[in-house]
Amino acid sequence: MTSVRERPWVRFGLQRLGGLLLSFAVLVAVTFVIVPLIPGDPAVAVAGLEADGAEIARIRQELGLDQPLHVQFLDYVGGLLTLDLGTSFASGQDVATVILARLPFTAELALFAITLVLVISVPAGMFVAFLTHGGRRPWLDHLFNVVTSLVYAVPQYVMATMLVVVFAVGLGWFPAAGAETVSSLVLPTLALMLLPTCVVSRVVRRETAVVLDQDYIRTARGWRIGRLRLFGRYVLPNVITTTLTLSGLILAAQLGGAVVIETVFAFPGLGQGIVEAILSRDYPVIRGTILVLGLMATLILVVVDVILAVIDPRSMEDDHG
Amino acid sequence: MGSGRWTASMIGGVVLGLGLVAVAVVAPIALAGPAAQLSGDAGQGPGPEHLLGTDNLGRDNLARALVATRLTLLMTTATTVVAVVGGIVVGVGIWLSGPRVRKVALRLLETAVAYPSLVFALVIAAILRPGVVSSVVAIGVAGIPSFARLTANLAAKISTSDYVTTARLLGVPTWAIAVRHTLPNMAEPLLILATTVFALSMVELSALSFIGLGVQSPSYDFGLLLNESLTQIYTQPTSVVGPSIMIVLTGLAVMLLGDALAARANPRGVRPAVRRPSAPAVVPVPADDGALVRVGNLRVGVPGGPELVRGVSFTIEPGEVVALVGESGSGKSLTAMSVAGLQSEELEMHADVLRVGELNMLGQPDAGRLGREIAVVYQDPGSTFNPSLRMGVQLTEVLRSHLGMGSGRARKLVTEALARVNISEPAQRLRQHPHKLSGGMRQRCMIATTMVTTPKLIVADEPTTALDVTVQHEVLRQFRRIHREQGTAMLFISHDLGVVEALCDRILVMKEGEIVERLTPDRLRSRDVHHPYTKALMEAVPVVDVAPLQGSA
Repeated sequence: MTSVRERPWVRFGLQRLGGLLLSFAVLVAVTFVIVPLIPGDPAVAVAGLEADGAEIARIRQELGLDQPLHVQFLDYVGGLLTLDLGTSFASGQDVATVILARLPFTAELALFAITLVLVISVPAGMFVAFLTHGGRRPWLDHLFNVVTSLVYAVPQYVMATMLVVVFAVGLGWFPAAGAETVSSLVLPTLALMLLPTCVVSRVVRRETAVVLDQDYIRTARGWRIGRLRLFGRYVLPNVITTTLTLSGLILAAQLGGAVVIETVFAFPGLGQGIVEAILSRDYPVIRGTILVLGLMATLILVVVDVILAVIDPRSMEDDHG
Repeated sequence: MGSGRWTASMIGGVVLGLGLVAVAVVAPIALAGPAAQLSGDAGQGPGPEHLLGTDNLGRDNLARALVATRLTLLMTTATTVVAVVGGIVVGVGIWLSGPRVRKVALRLLETAVAYPSLVFALVIAAILRPGVVSSVVAIGVAGIPSFARLTANLAAKISTSDYVTTARLLGVPTWAIAVRHTLPNMAEPLLILATTVFALSMVELSALSFIGLGVQSPSYDFGLLLNESLTQIYTQPTSVVGPSIMIVLTGLAVMLLGDALAARANPRGVRPAVRRPSAPAVVPVPADDGALVRVGNLRVGVPGGPELVRGVSFTIEPGEVVALVGESGSGKSLTAMSVAGLQSEELEMHADVLRVGELNMLGQPDAGRLGREIAVVYQDPGSTFNPSLRMGVQLTEVLRSHLGMGSGRARKLVTEALARVNISEPAQRLRQHPHKLSGGMRQRCMIATTMVTTPKLIVADEPTTALDVTVQHEVLRQFRRIHREQGTAMLFISHDLGVVEALCDRILVMKEGEIVERLTPDRLRSRDVHHPYTKALMEAVPVVDVAPLQGSA
C-alpha cells in the first residue's frame, strides 16, 4: 500500500531532478560557447584593437583560448564544479564574489514583484470572472479589458521611466535610483509587477470563466453551495493549476524584465551587472551571470511544478499518462 | 460579429498602423533638419518652436522621436521575419521528422521557451558587437523557439484532421501534405501569432537599445532615445514623452491589429445576461392544491430571439414520478432546469406559477432549503464531479452545508448509502478522485447522495444517457429503489421512451418547446399514442428490453 502511495512522488522527484540536471547542462554549454563564438579573435575583441601583443596574450591565456576547445570546456566545467567562475577582467575580483554581491538585490526585487503579482492578480481575475460570468456587468468586462490592455501595451522600462518622472522627479516621493533604503525598492517593484499583474489576472479571469462553465460547477450549484465555498473549494483548485503553469513561465520571464528595470533605477543587481559586463566585454562575469539568471529561472519553474504537484496530484501522474 | 464587419478597434488598429508607417516613410525626409541640426537652443523645455523641447545638443525631441520610427519599424520587421521564418522552418522540420526526434526536439523547445528570451538575447549580444544587425539577430533568434513550438503544435493538430488522414491514406508524400494542406491551414493562426511576435520584438529591441546594447549613436531608435532622455531626466523630463508615446502607440497598433485578425478568425458573441424581475422567495400554496410541483405557462427564451419553451404547464404530485421525453432541443432540459432553479443566466424566463413545495422558483429561494428539498442528478459525461476534489468532499457537501452535519457523520452516512447502491469498498471510494471511478459508479454515487439528503423532489436530467445499457439498468434500479423506499417525487428527463416507461407514473412528450402528448406507461406499452411525433419517437428509439429491470425491482 505504501509503495503505491510513495512511488509517484519518488518518480516525480527523480524526473524533476533529471530535468534540473539537463537544464544545468544546457546552461553550462550555452555559457561556454559565448566566448568561442565571438567572431574573429576573441582575445582581440576583448582587449580592443589598440591593445599590444602582450595584453592580448594575457587575455588569451586568461580565457584559456590558447588551449584546444575540448580542454577549454573541461577547464570551464572543472571550474564550475569547484565554484570557480574565474576572475573579472574589469575589477580583478573573483566572479563568484561579484555575483554574490549583486544576487540579493535581484532576488529581493523579483521575489517582491512575484509575490505582489500573485496576491493581486489571482483574486482580481477570479472576482472579475465571477462578476461578469454569463454576460453580466458588461461595463466591468470592458473596463477590465481596457485597463489590462493599456497597461499591457506599456513595456516595463517605459513604465519605469514614467514612474520615475512622476514619482521621483515630479512629486519627489521616492528616490529615482539606488537601493539604499526600503523606499528605493518601491518604484522598481511597481515597474516590474504592473505588466505581469495584468497578464496573470487576464489568465486567471479566462481560466475562471472556463471553469465556471464546467459541468462540475453546475453540479456544485445543484447542491446550492454558498458562493465563498464554491469559489474557494470548487473553482480555485481548478483555476490554480493552469494559472500557475502559465504564471511560472510569465514570472520566469520577469528576470529579463528585471535586467532592464535595474538599468533604469541604477539598481545594483545582476541585471545592471550583466549590462556593464557586456559593454566592457568582461566575459567571465557575463558567463557567471547568465548561468545564475538561468538557474534562477529553472528554480522558479521547478518550484511551480512542485506546488502544482502538491495542489493537484494528477499533474504528477499526467506526465506519464 | 460577422467576418466582414469593422469594429472600432479594427479601424483604430489599421489607422494607427498606417499612420506609423506613413511617419516612418515621411519623417526621416521631412524632419531631417530639426532632428539632426545642432543648435544653440540646447536643453530647452517645451515651447511653440519645439513642442517637446530639445535635447542637450539642441536637437528637436519630437522630430527625433518621429524620425526614429523608421529604424525601429525596419528593425522590428526584420526581427519578426527572422523569428517567424526560423520558427516555421524549425517547427515544420520537427513535425516532419520521426516520432523520436520530434519528442526530443519538442522537449528541448519546451525548455528553451521557459527561459526569458531577453536573457538569451543578452547571450547573443555578448557574442556580437552591439549594433543594428546584432540586435536583430539577437532578438530574432531568441524568438525562434516559441514560434517553432507553436508551429509544431499547430502542424500536429492539423495533421490529425480528416483531410490530412485521407491524403495520407491516398499515399500523398509527407512533404506534399505539408505544402498543400498543413501550411495553408496554418497561415491564419500563424499570421495572428506573428503580430504578437512583432509587438514583442519591438518591445525587446527597444529594451536592448535602452540598456545600451542595441542601436549605437549616431543611429537611434525609440529605445536609444528613451535611454538618452533618462540621462537628462531631471533637467529635461519632457524628453521622455516622445519615445515613450511612440513605443506605446506602436505596441497598441499591433495589438489592435492582432486582436482584429483573431476576432475575424474566431468570431464569438457574448450574450448579455438577463435581469430577472424580483419575486418573493416563497409563495403561499392554496389549501386545495395538493401538488408538490406546479408549473403554469412556463416560457423560456433567448432575449430578443426564439422562445425555446413555449407555455408549458404540468404538476407533479408528492411521490409521483413524471417523465419529460423529447429529442435534444425540444426544451425538456430547459424546463427541468427551470423547475430546479438552475436555469442559465443568459435566458429569459417567465411563468404564471413555478413552485416546488412553497419555494417560488421565479424568485430566489433560500439556498439551504433548495439544497435540502431539491436534488439534481445530471448526465455523466465524466465531468460532473470536480476533478481536483476527492469524492468524499463532494458527496458529503449537501449534508455538511445544509444539514449541519460534521464531516465524520456525513462520511459515515454517505459510506452506508454507497454500499446500498452496490458500490464496492465505499470508504475507499471517498478518498479517491472522480477519475478513478467508472461512469456508472459516479452516477450511482450521485444517486446515493440524493438518498441520504431525503429531498422532496429529484430532478434527473438524462441520468442514464451517457451509460451503456447494462449500467443503465443498474442506475434505473437505484432510482426505483429510492422511489419505493422514500417515496420521493421525481422529474425524470430522457429521450428514451423505453427507459421512462419502466419508471414513471406519467410521461409528457415535448416537441419544439411544447408538451404535445401526455401519456401513462400503460398507454405507452400498448402503443396507444396519438401524436405523430410520439409515434416517430417510438419508432426511432427501439424500446429497451426492460424485463430484467422489472423483475429485479
